[in-house]
Amino acid sequence: MKYIALFIIALLFWLLLTFNLSISNIVVGIVAAVATCILFGKHFAVTSFSKLLQPQRYFWFVVYLIIFIWECLKANFEVAYRVLHPAMPIKPGIVKIKIDLKTDIAKTTLANSITMTPGTITVDIIDEYIYVHWIYISTDNPEEYSQKVSGRFEKYIKKIFE
Amino acid sequence: MEIIGFILICLGILFNFFGCIGLIRLPDVYNRLQSSTKCVTLGTCSILLGVLFYTGIEGAGIRALIAIPLLFFGATVAAHALVKGAYIFGVKLGDKSVKDDYKDAEKS
Repeated sequence: MKYIALFIIALLFWLLLTFNLSISNIVVGIVAAVATCILFGKHFAVTSFSKLLQPQRYFWFVVYLIIFIWECLKANFEVAYRVLHPAMPIKPGIVKIKIDLKTDIAKTTLANSITMTPGTITVDIIDEYIYVHWIYISTDNPEEYSQKVSGRFEKYIKKIFE
Repeated sequence: MEIIGFILICLGILFNFFGCIGLIRLPDVYNRLQSSTKCVTLGTCSILLGVLFYTGIEGAGIRALIAIPLLFFGATVAAHALVKGAYIFGVKLGDKSVKDDYKDAEKS
């Protein structure tokens, strides 16, 4: 089941990438997709297929995507401002934030989202703590900054993946 | 459509330029990665989106659209690997840094 899903995704990706529906191209695509399945199939991260068929997860994914793009744009203006400001108002450091997501794919998505948003980069995930390098630490209160860094995304990611 | 594409490409080049200024001005490796992942990723995504608008729904445009998620995952994972690698290698946080929670986690 896992291998079939990966095969379909790989083949679709190939067809979109080459954008050409001739027989020879499709055959090459099938061979490449089978090779991908054999080599990397065991690393494919989807573990439960019942979750893939629930439509509300896709709805929350779209909501999450809109919020994410908005935050991403804000991140860019913020970093650009800090870079161009003559005095460079930065106050960097690494902070530790508690997350309560269980599955690996949810943790990965959260870490990637944090990397793309205002002045934060994920350094490491150890068990249920996530270490984040932050360019401007505005408060000293752990609850307040975990709300600021991960709170915006965590509830949506929970609805999508768990 | 071509005008929208042109504006997006110009914006992308501007953001890439900001990212490069950040790369030179910011003090240490961690802060430099901040500017290079954020500004440069969005700048390049904007250029790719501009290409999609410029060419319309054709081969090159679709390829540019597919490149966007690949770039996103590639940039974030690479930044994460570089930061963690730099920390384990022993690169110190810059003088302006105020907090380091990761130090304790490394020991245990």
